[in-house]
Amino acid sequence: MIDSLFDLVLCALIIFVAFAAVSGRDLFTAIVFFIVYGLMVAIAWLRLEAIDVALAEAAIGAGLTGVLLLGAYGRFKNIDAARMGSWVPLPVLIVIALAATGLSAAVGVVLIALDPNGLGLIPAVNANIAQSGVFNPVTAVLLNFRAYDTLLESIVLVVALVGVWTLADNSAWGQRVGKTQSVRANGVLQSFGRTLPPIGLMIGIYFVWAGSSQPGGAFQGGTILAAVGLLSAMAGLFPPPRVNDARLRLSVIAGPILFLAVAIAGTAWGGMFVLPADLAYGLILAIEIVLALSIAITLMLLVLGPPEMTETPQ
Amino acid sequence: MPSSLALTAIIGAPLLGFFMTIVWSRAAAVVASLTSMVVLVAAVFLAVSVSAHGAVLTSLGGWDAPLGIELAADGLSVMFMIVSGAIVLVVGAYAQHEFVHPGTETRSGFAFWPLMLVLLAALNGIFVSRDFFNLYVCFELLTLSAVAMVTLNGKTESITAALRYLLFALLGSILYLLGAVLLYAQFGSLDMGVIGQSVSSSGAEILAAGLMTAGLALKTALFPFHGWLPPAHSGAPPPASAMLSSLVPKASYFITIRLWFDVMPELAGNPLTLALGGLGGAAILYGSLQAIVQTRLKMVVAYSTVAQLGYLFIVFPLAGGDSAAQPWSAGAWTGGMLHALSHALAKSAMFLCAGLFIISARTDDLEALRGIAQTMPMTAFAFTLAAISLLGLPPSGGFIAKYLMLTSAFASGGWIWAFLILAGGLLAALYLYRPVRIMLSLPKQPGQPFKPISRWWQVAPLVLALGAVFLGIGSNEPYALLQIGRPVAAETGL
Repeated sequence: MIDSLFDLVLCALIIFVAFAAVSGRDLFTAIVFFIVYGLMVAIAWLRLEAIDVALAEAAIGAGLTGVLLLGAYGRFKNIDAARMGSWVPLPVLIVIALAATGLSAAVGVVLIALDPNGLGLIPAVNANIAQSGVFNPVTAVLLNFRAYDTLLESIVLVVALVGVWTLADNSAWGQRVGKTQSVRANGVLQSFGRTLPPIGLMIGIYFVWAGSSQPGGAFQGGTILAAVGLLSAMAGLFPPPRVNDARLRLSVIAGPILFLAVAIAGTAWGGMFVLPADLAYGLILAIEIVLALSIAITLMLLVLGPPEMTETPQ
Repeated sequence: MPSSLALTAIIGAPLLGFFMTIVWSRAAAVVASLTSMVVLVAAVFLAVSVSAHGAVLTSLGGWDAPLGIELAADGLSVMFMIVSGAIVLVVGAYAQHEFVHPGTETRSGFAFWPLMLVLLAALNGIFVSRDFFNLYVCFELLTLSAVAMVTLNGKTESITAALRYLLFALLGSILYLLGAVLLYAQFGSLDMGVIGQSVSSSGAEILAAGLMTAGLALKTALFPFHGWLPPAHSGAPPPASAMLSSLVPKASYFITIRLWFDVMPELAGNPLTLALGGLGGAAILYGSLQAIVQTRLKMVVAYSTVAQLGYLFIVFPLAGGDSAAQPWSAGAWTGGMLHALSHALAKSAMFLCAGLFIISARTDDLEALRGIAQTMPMTAFAFTLAAISLLGLPPSGGFIAKYLMLTSAFASGGWIWAFLILAGGLLAALYLYRPVRIMLSLPKQPGQPFKPISRWWQVAPLVLALGAVFLGIGSNEPYALLQIGRPVAAETGL
């Protein structure tokens, strides 16, 4: 609902930041605006009282995607191609702008015509939440009513990781993932790398734990834990793992495997994905914890990138 | 109970295989073969069950739609699952020679197997899903695994092609997702059955269906959105191309068919069916002409996919819109589905043949393949059989499919569709005659430049090509099976 000046200003800002992100010629500025855009949208979700979505947008939409884009920018800079090489010709630009405007207008017209009191599946979720094992309706949908979707989503991340790894050089297979980090001893990065992880660790674990009754959950918590891991790795506190490390691979798929195992175990209780009401809380919590760890490691590996030959130290 | 178990096994088994091949890559090829066998057996079991008792339905987690997600298998899903399972099984056997390296693990030797299995899981997931959001998730799995497969050979141009493929497919995903969101906003449900019962031609429904169709058309490489397909499909390693070209665009086409024939047939008016049919016709002509001028075998085969996908969209004017209630509708619809299946078998066979030729001649330059039939008669035979099915010559599956579509076109008086079907067949004869003639002609100078290839390896494409032919000879069972669970009543046929 737009019911205050704050909301109006927020909407205007979102549009301005979105425009700035796509219209700038400078790649770095565009990325920064994109991150700001994600944060603004997260605030908008908060105003719509969709706290789970706001958390996910802030953590993944702004945070993780921002880091990935900055990482890509860093690689572009190394090969001296940071400038946007080809500028879209004006006629194409006009066609795209018209199409996007037309589509937005059509969606807007259609949305206004919809029943403003439509509740979707909220009544059905509330009627069945007592049997779901958890109290947060979002978690009930993600881990019980539509657990199949969430299982597939968690596998999407693993497929993305395999996809990123296929971009490695043949000769780099078996090496450590990512580029070698050079860190100045006791510099800013290393001090941050020592002080921030304990705090991040606590917040991440809290998010996973809180997910059963309050906003939070495996994906949001996992993203924060991934940030902790990344910061520690970038600070040189531990070397990045090797791409063919069996323990690493097991930790990437542990969450989805446990999820699938519980889903298959459901056949004993009446069908795939069935969680008996009295065991549901424990099973969901177990899935969330292991899944959060796997998501954290997978996201971290996605940011670190494919394995690369370790350069000879200068 | 057993059939609902089979319904979950066709997705669960390849997912388990996916995990196993990641941690246990030494045994990946064996795991992949066993998994695709399990999937094939489960799909055949489902086919028997569906033809005996009708469509199979199961609610995951015990939650019925609209709260939960339901999976359902009707005749159409079962046929697509059997053909996908068979193709993946054969491609997996073929790929043992290409992606199994003794000793230390290699990049492509690691990545191919999990990607292949998750691709199979995503395909099966799409063929049985009844939920529009779940389909979006399945498409994400399918797209990511397909795009990653294009990069497997590590060449710069393949990675460029993969990136372009990714951008097109993601644009398609976003359009599709926007449509699904609008449907949820309108109906408070994502379930096909629930939505299908209350379609009312509101603005939201029309916009949603239009967005989803545009998104799916992008993923199906319907002309003029085909630009990503030839470089991606010809740049991937041949076993990957075989799956990408034969199965992946069929998944998005499958959902387009579900959307317009099962969920909202009321909305499929003439403007839509004529537009889709027109683009399909343009695809036939453009793809065929491009295939004629290519100089590399894999590009000929890839552009042939652009053309053959065009036929699938002629189903819309022949079986949908005003034709939906006509007696020829069932024949046209079934012809389209049989075309999708026989093209899948023939096209995967062709790409595997091309792969063997490349290994033997070290290039897929058409001129360099002159006389290769003397070294590899079995593979040249397989290629020719596949070409016969693509041309639509009897007794192949392609013949039955085109015959059904053609008789429907004549019955409906749609001469333009009949012309396009016939013209496509003639053009296919032109672009396929050239490679076949080059293979069968005598080599220019004596002395074989070709590396001999093991007989066992050459069996794989032959099996698939024979499958395409037998789909025509034994077309009665597939025809009957495809009719099961069709909501449209027109089952009289011609």
